[in-house]
Amino acid sequence: MATLTLVQAINLALRLEMKRDKKVIVLGEDVGVDGGVFRVTEGLLKLYGPERVIDTPLAETGIIGSAIGMAVGGIKPVAEAQFDGFSIPMIDQLYSHAARIRNRSRGRFTCPLVLRIPCGGGIRALEHHSESPETFFCHIPGLKVVVPSTPYDAKGLLSAAIRDSDPVIYLEPKKLYRAIKEEVPENDFTVPIGKAIVRREGTDVTLIAWGAMVQECLKAAEGAKASCEVIDLRSLKPLDIETITASVQKTGRVIVVHEAPKTCGFGAELSALIQEKSFLSLKAPVTRVTGLDIIIPLPKLEHYYFPSADKIAKAIENTINY
Amino acid sequence: MPLKTLAKFEVPYLQILNEHGKVDGRLMPKLSDKDVLYLYETMVYGRLLDKTCLSLQREGRMYTYPSSEGQEAAQAGSAFALKPEDWMFPYFREICSHIVRGLPPEKYLLYWMGDERGQQIPENINNFMICVPVATQLPHAVGMAYALKYQKKKSAVLVYLGDGATSKGDFHEAMNLAGVWNLPVVFLCNNNQYAISTTLDKQTASKTLAQKAIAYGLSGIQVDGNDAFAVYKATLDAVNSARSGGGPTFIEAFTYRLGDHTTADDASKYRSAKEVEEWRKKDPITRLQKYLEEKKLWTQAYQKKLEEGIQKKINDIVKAAEGIEPQPVESIFNFTYSEMDWNLKEQLNSIK
Ligand SMILES: Cc1ncc(C[n+]2csc(CCOP(=O)(O)OP(=O)(O)O)c2C)c(N)n1
Repeated sequence: MATLTLVQAINLALRLEMKRDKKVIVLGEDVGVDGGVFRVTEGLLKLYGPERVIDTPLAETGIIGSAIGMAVGGIKPVAEAQFDGFSIPMIDQLYSHAARIRNRSRGRFTCPLVLRIPCGGGIRALEHHSESPETFFCHIPGLKVVVPSTPYDAKGLLSAAIRDSDPVIYLEPKKLYRAIKEEVPENDFTVPIGKAIVRREGTDVTLIAWGAMVQECLKAAEGAKASCEVIDLRSLKPLDIETITASVQKTGRVIVVHEAPKTCGFGAELSALIQEKSFLSLKAPVTRVTGLDIIIPLPKLEHYYFPSADKIAKAIENTINY
Repeated sequence: MPLKTLAKFEVPYLQILNEHGKVDGRLMPKLSDKDVLYLYETMVYGRLLDKTCLSLQREGRMYTYPSSEGQEAAQAGSAFALKPEDWMFPYFREICSHIVRGLPPEKYLLYWMGDERGQQIPENINNFMICVPVATQLPHAVGMAYALKYQKKKSAVLVYLGDGATSKGDFHEAMNLAGVWNLPVVFLCNNNQYAISTTLDKQTASKTLAQKAIAYGLSGIQVDGNDAFAVYKATLDAVNSARSGGGPTFIEAFTYRLGDHTTADDASKYRSAKEVEEWRKKDPITRLQKYLEEKKLWTQAYQKKLEEGIQKKINDIVKAAEGIEPQPVESIFNFTYSEMDWNLKEQLNSIK
């Protein structure tokens, strides 16, 4: 077994899926010769050639729109948006088409594509390079949305996404790209879409997160006096409501953590669902620790914006003492 | 019936100052010695300031930075054709244009140092902000041109873009709008032949970018982008025409990005050192220097004094940028809306 970073694990998944199925192709800006600006697609061009590893023109609508046509046409595009901020124009094609092709054609056509998007901030990046757009995608019926937070899951979830029969948005937390290494089997395995995982068991408070915020939750849980359970959702849509409900009914206290702005963030959805499903188990209001409802500041002040282990620790205390 | 030709088009190319520093006198625009020296000194200044940014970035005193090295003529030559009342819409690789337009240089540094005040353009300067999402600035420039025309202002808009930007829908929509509305806007495309690693032949099947203008009913021209005189002349003609109701123009400045795409990039992954060396011979600053030397306007002593003066100025600029008092935490909230609602006030209090 190799010890891999998130970047290497995604790369391995792409290599294997392309080897396994000739229909899988990769397209995006700088994904070929350059190997991707984060080196995620490094080496693929050499292995599979320019017909399967396409350096596209700078055209986000064109990339996702043509991926839709490819998917309908019987091949399996894994498209890349170079950064979160530039995936926004892709929403037009996803919302108006990818998500509803199965429904509009009453099942005659399907759109099994994968869109990979490096996401999130706290890495002192340029403007438009630190966004967390997951809610935009979750709000669109017909799309699946997954976010790995470990190299193992990154590989397994990408394989699952590529083999899925519906469009899947695969969000890659940039902050974790090289931050953690773990052993990842080089053989064929998938991590099922729609299954959360309990990263740490606890009895007093449930912390729910995905992507880079899982690490912050684990840090906060480590330092907390209370016994914290940490759930890594991995899939936002479909959502593993069973794992959430089981945990909430055990702890009675919930904190949801995400980088995206608070208002209408995915935390709002979780909070609503939890009170619908587990109202009588709750001992305190569901709390959100999120990004602020402001434009993400440039690097000098960006630390104010992001949730951190400290902010989570404070929320744990408040929830326990409610 | 035999096929008829409905229309024929040409794509003009303009070079005035060649790489050996020789000018074609018939094409030379009216520029005083003082003007030429200004252009030269701005380009040298831009290059040295750019170098400073690169070393600040290496030392961790600046974040990701896109170098302008090699593109100084396209930047300075075009911005110099504007009047203060004209508008300039940058993308993100225009150090000399910002200098010509009078943006306080410490602002330019501040932006790349991750400080919002770098984008706070002084009231008397008609520049819009740096634009990172490629090509999205183009329709804004078109709208500004509409606003100027509507308000009967006799000024024009100059908007910059890269070659990669010509592949985006925003570009085509903006060009079309400019044509249909016959607006006083000039598109200046810095064709440095790369969009990160993507070469021109992967970007477009067109032989030139200039010809893209034709389909939208715009005037299109390709100029030697390393020739400050050609860029200046083409831009001057275009803004003059725009101001007098002649409509929009698209200028392709054919140039080369000598450095990496940004400090986060390693261009050796996708192009050869030999190719870069070939383009160094066409350096926009060297050829202008040769021209000035021939005219007895340039000596080594002059260059030494010039660079010393610039270096001193740059030291002050870095000091000003790094010495600025930190922004208070309120500043990340204050400009979200004209007024804060209860929610923002609550969030501000929670982190103070
Ligand atoms: C819409 C969008 N997609 C992707 C990017 C990432 N990116 C930044 S610069 C760049 C290439 C731009 O090339 P070009 O327009 O030729 O300008 P140059 O950088 O060469 O000056 C890319 C792909 C971006 N900023 N915006």
